[in-house]
Amino acid sequence: MAIVKQKMLALNGDEAVAYAAKQSDVDVVAAYPITPQTIIVERFSEYVANGEVDTEFVCVESEHSALTACLTAAATGARAFTATASAGLALMHEILYVTSGCRAPVVMAVVNRALSAPINIHCDHSDSMVERDCGWIQIYVENSQEAYDSIIQAFKIAENPELLLPIMVGLDGFTLSHTLENVQTLPDDLVKKFVGTRQFTLVTNHEGKTVPFKLDPKTPVTIGPLDLYDYYFEHKRQQEEAMRIAPKIIRQVHEEYAKISGRRYGDGLIDPYYLEDAETAIVCVGSTSGTVKTIVDELRSKGMKVGLLRLRTFRPLPVKEITKALENVKAVAVMDRSLSFGGHGGAVFHEIRHVLYDAPKHPYVVNYIYGLGGRETHPNLIHKIYRDLQRILETQRIQKPVQFIGLRE
Amino acid sequence: MFSEWKFTAKDIAEKPDLFMSGHRACAGCAPATVLRLIMKALRGPTITTFATGCMEVVSTIYPYTSWKIPYIHTAFENVAANASGIEAALKILKKKGRIPQEHVDVIAFAGDGGTYDIGIQALSGAVERGHDFLYVLYDNEAYMNTGIQRSGGTPHGASTTTSPAGTVIPGKLENKKPIADIMVAHDMPYAATAAPYYWRDLITKARKGIEVNGPAFLHVFAPCPRGWRSDISKSIEISRLAVETCIFPLWEAINGEYQLSAPSKVIALRPERKKSVREYLQLQGRFRHLFTSKFEKVIDEIQRTTDGRWQRLLKKCNIA
Repeated sequence: MAIVKQKMLALNGDEAVAYAAKQSDVDVVAAYPITPQTIIVERFSEYVANGEVDTEFVCVESEHSALTACLTAAATGARAFTATASAGLALMHEILYVTSGCRAPVVMAVVNRALSAPINIHCDHSDSMVERDCGWIQIYVENSQEAYDSIIQAFKIAENPELLLPIMVGLDGFTLSHTLENVQTLPDDLVKKFVGTRQFTLVTNHEGKTVPFKLDPKTPVTIGPLDLYDYYFEHKRQQEEAMRIAPKIIRQVHEEYAKISGRRYGDGLIDPYYLEDAETAIVCVGSTSGTVKTIVDELRSKGMKVGLLRLRTFRPLPVKEITKALENVKAVAVMDRSLSFGGHGGAVFHEIRHVLYDAPKHPYVVNYIYGLGGRETHPNLIHKIYRDLQRILETQRIQKPVQFIGLRE
Repeated sequence: MFSEWKFTAKDIAEKPDLFMSGHRACAGCAPATVLRLIMKALRGPTITTFATGCMEVVSTIYPYTSWKIPYIHTAFENVAANASGIEAALKILKKKGRIPQEHVDVIAFAGDGGTYDIGIQALSGAVERGHDFLYVLYDNEAYMNTGIQRSGGTPHGASTTTSPAGTVIPGKLENKKPIADIMVAHDMPYAATAAPYYWRDLITKARKGIEVNGPAFLHVFAPCPRGWRSDISKSIEISRLAVETCIFPLWEAINGEYQLSAPSKVIALRPERKKSVREYLQLQGRFRHLFTSKFEKVIDEIQRTTDGRWQRLLKKCNIA
């Protein structure tokens, strides 16, 4: 299929998400307002009020109920979408696990924001990084264009009958959510065709019949039973099996989408930038990678062999892809916009250093905690990180494996 | 508002069970009887959803299930949100022609913990939004699934593991929250109370709750011999005494208009039939400590509270 003619709209990140959900023929949206996600709910409410969507909008009384209603709507056979941030995601914590455990393919935008206390409405990744083990696919986007593209892709990935895994798409609060950007949008009918209608996984029910996995009075199933030591472990293992096949499906959908939109984000899992011959590299997620790319361009023009690995898909972790992408890099700096108090560095650092332990050549790997609570990530900080990496190569030693950057010490 | 559905005992006996035997409820469990009776009230295709609790645990131990109808359980505090999502999905999928056009009823079940306490936010929200579903509270007056801890539905004087009768404190000090009145205050179209001894009244009310367009709330009194320290053969009798003592009067509120149901109306019309709370309390070990000289005055307090609530109910029903 050829790349189609698209319409450029001036949208902020939240609007791009709402627009993508609108085009994706969502059946049920249950959501609750929270800064900086509120614009998504507001825009979607307007679509409903103006009859622009065929969607049942459930304006719930809490995020806990928002995700619950999405879960049961998805279990009833609907395409379900919600969005949240920060404390809202924390309130959903319990239901995040229940959603993935019930194999309900809910799609959720997480507009990344700091967690209280002290209360702060600005960006960091503490809210979703702490949920990395809850059985959801996690995609982090770099800009609003990618937010739009990723939400559309997310429905097709989550609802794949082989997968049935919920997805959260993370976009940086304010930096993306409230910043106007030119966003190329696909025609409505094309998006609708791309996502298609929900197909159902066939399961064997308690009567021994093969039935679609959904709440249907004609073919009753029991979802969410008590599951003790004799079966629980196998069910958890099945979720992990689905995670193992997820990279293949994420790549497929990403490629299929690229064919009509002309837009690619690496292979859908990782998005490498000048890594082929890089000696030093930064690894990060989210919008900061845009800043890093600018610095890479600048340093490359001076002949320095620097690169960037943006992790687009953080769960499942693309282990092989990360290993391959960093195989020739000699020193790696991982940037974390969240903190694991009392741990040894941030969540992304844990994963990258851990993956590289099994790599044929161990590069130096250091960690920078940055930008908590929306603290600005100035280009100077990125320059400093590349200088530090260069120094590690020169001295052949790491002085501080984990450090904080861009704050008063 | 309601159909003229009439049924005989034979009809009910012959109607196939949808909540099947083989579940693991305790001997004498009234909630299990309540579920079975309510399933007899169904009018067609139905999806049910449960809060975490005794009935969830005993009816769906994987790989077994007692449910002949689609069932989903997600968590403890959110069964009304479960129902909201199901109802919203059914509505839109029907509109889009993705499912058959026949109506599908939604029934949510929760115990007292999942309703009075941890679940009240989701319940209040779902009722305010006006989802079309029946919410059944099976009230066994404590967290029985975790081993008899007090809830907002536990009555004054009851000994539980977190409100134990000690040498100084005579069991739970607080009164039972008037949950059904709280639901009526939501301006919902249908709310009612029921007890399994009055099975015809219970089934009729469940059917009304299913039929009503919009949210319905059914508060069912459901004795638990394990938690109440009562004889397993007395559960249904205790549910009768709760009504006869006016500890648990039977009524329904249609669009906010209260009316007494027959078993309680008889008492309203002939007050001499109203029994002393002692008759109810003495059958239950959870009140045993009240029958000692030290704590006996608590029985008088329970009698006064019961009488006060009964009088207020009579006023709401325009009697007295």
